[in-house]
Amino acid sequence: MNFISEITEGLGIAFNAIRANKMRSVLTTLGIVIGIVSVTLMATAIEGVDRKFEESASAFGADVLYIQKFPWVGHGDWWTYRNRKDITVDIADDIERQATLVEAVAPSVVTVRPAQFGDRVVTNAFLTGTTNQYVNTSGTSLKDGRFFSQEESNGGRPVCVVGANIAENLFPNEDPIGKMIKVGGKPYRVQGVFEKQGGLFGIFTSDNRVFIPIKSFMSSFGSRRDITIQVKASSMADIEDVKEELRGIVRKSRMLKPSQADDFNINQQELLTETFGAITAVIAAVGFFITGLALFVGGIGIMNIMFVSVTERTKEIGIRKAIGAKRRTILLQFLIESSIICLFGGLLGLIVAYPLSLIANQILPTAMPLEVVAIAIIISLLVGVISGFLPAYRASRLNPVDALRYE
Amino acid sequence: MEIINLKQIKKIYDMGGAEEVQALRGVDVIIGKNEYVAIMGPSGSGKSTLMNIIGCLDTPTSGLYEFNKINVSEMNDDQLAKIRNKEIGFVFQTFNLLARSNALHNVELPLIYAGINKATRRQLAKQALDQVGLADRMMHKPNELSGGQRQRVAIARALVTNPSIILADEPTGNLDTKTGDELMTLLAEVHQQGNTIILVTHEEYIAEHAKRIIRLRDGHIESDTIVENR
Ligand SMILES: Nc1ncnc2c1ncn2[C@@H]1O[C@H](COP(=O)(O)OP(=O)(O)OP(=O)(O)O)[C@@H](O)[C@H]1O
Ligand SMILES: [Mg+2]
Repeated sequence: MNFISEITEGLGIAFNAIRANKMRSVLTTLGIVIGIVSVTLMATAIEGVDRKFEESASAFGADVLYIQKFPWVGHGDWWTYRNRKDITVDIADDIERQATLVEAVAPSVVTVRPAQFGDRVVTNAFLTGTTNQYVNTSGTSLKDGRFFSQEESNGGRPVCVVGANIAENLFPNEDPIGKMIKVGGKPYRVQGVFEKQGGLFGIFTSDNRVFIPIKSFMSSFGSRRDITIQVKASSMADIEDVKEELRGIVRKSRMLKPSQADDFNINQQELLTETFGAITAVIAAVGFFITGLALFVGGIGIMNIMFVSVTERTKEIGIRKAIGAKRRTILLQFLIESSIICLFGGLLGLIVAYPLSLIANQILPTAMPLEVVAIAIIISLLVGVISGFLPAYRASRLNPVDALRYE
Repeated sequence: MEIINLKQIKKIYDMGGAEEVQALRGVDVIIGKNEYVAIMGPSGSGKSTLMNIIGCLDTPTSGLYEFNKINVSEMNDDQLAKIRNKEIGFVFQTFNLLARSNALHNVELPLIYAGINKATRRQLAKQALDQVGLADRMMHKPNELSGGQRQRVAIARALVTNPSIILADEPTGNLDTKTGDELMTLLAEVHQQGNTIILVTHEEYIAEHAKRIIRLRDGHIESDTIVENR
């Protein structure tokens, strides 16, 4: 018989059967509901942690790579690192020109100098020479004023931007913008003040720094210096690809032969990545366990109720067979029924999960991902088909005479 | 033209151990087109067993069964389902309608399994219900119909596929005499229109409608008589 009308008939029967046993059907779906709620919330939580991660990654600079002579986690001989060629601004220029997976590139060079305004002094400010791109490579933002412009940067103008601690110490009661300060004995006009970062990653923050154009830095404090190139990846997700690309560019720039090892390091704050990776893994593990268990129990429940349904309707099966239903038709009928019950459970699960995901949104920046809805529906159908198969198969094999005689 | 040809049909139920029930002990029958046959006999003589085999609901333990010259003894489940669907219309003592479906849907069901499209299906089902005088009860569920009306729905369902043969196992068994008579009149009309009917009954006055009476006893054919001029 024609497949479409077979399905339509099956759907009709299924809805009738479910309507006739509303309470039973609802109770049966409970396991599926829990399973779907759990899988949905898990996905939502992971989505939230991922977003939080991207956010914090930018804020803490985990998506920033640092090309340097020295590795941060050092094994091996200090002297071999020491003897490497310096990292130069030219390499930064090459990266700027060639890299495709990066958002911003900024060379930076640091020295410790006293900063002074009137009779106030910060003795060990981190004087940092960099370009206007710096502000794009770090996750920091300005509280007041602006970062120096490309013109100021290229022209080596005597301007600076100061970190929050510097501003607090030098200008306790005044607006720093437009004031001239002296750093390392040279005058710089304050163009902007950074937001206070504080927190965990002390030396990476801008709090104790004074930023000046790298050209000004080199002319005043010497140009033969080893620099750091800061590169912000365009996406945290393919950070490894970014590393590979950078490696290639730097090697080319340094004209390394294939046989030669890298004479530089690409450093990254691993801590954050690892922590977030661990959190996601735990959520996934717990989530999968609960989901798996709930779906398994739910599936057994469905199977059980379908066996009951088949037994209850033995006579009906007999009638249908007597007037021409084939095995396949009966099989399909009961598979449709169990799938509909599960699908119903799945939808119920989604309905329950949605407000919960909104609550989760209060804690984590998240939303129920759309593909999770699709996945939930597919999972429910799958559970329906799998757990309905045995009862449906048994129904399809019933002998018509015996089935008709069943009271 | 013969429709049914049974040769040495036996049905033995194995009850486990040494016990077995010989429900049919070698039955030979040929039934032709447009015959009206009544099968009679005491309770337990094998009437229903024989009907089930003729109706392809059951398979014989041994013997040969040809339906329209085709050997059905060796057919599988799905092939038998197809024959039941297209060639055989059943009327049962207990009506055997789907309780949750209305009359129209009950009558449509064999057509659904035959893969007939919805519009045609509707039309044929309405026709059949009209023929049994239930045009005004199409949307009623079985529990909203009288016993006689239910059996009429069952007859409409049996007729709707235009089968080669209609099998009725004690169709009046659950009806009072008057309703039973009305039903027999209906079956007579159906026969008149060229259908072949096989009927199982206990009642002589019901059997009187038939043109041929086969009497069973202990799984044997005791007598097989043509009734003249009725
Ligand atoms: N599934 C079965 N298992 C065992 N024995 C059976 C089975 N079906 C029928 N029988 C036996 O076969 C014999 C014939 O049964 P059948 O139902 O054909 O009788 P019947 O002539 O239709 O009787 P009634 O007039 O009471 O309906 C009976 O002895 C019955 O007990
Ligand atoms: Mg009987």
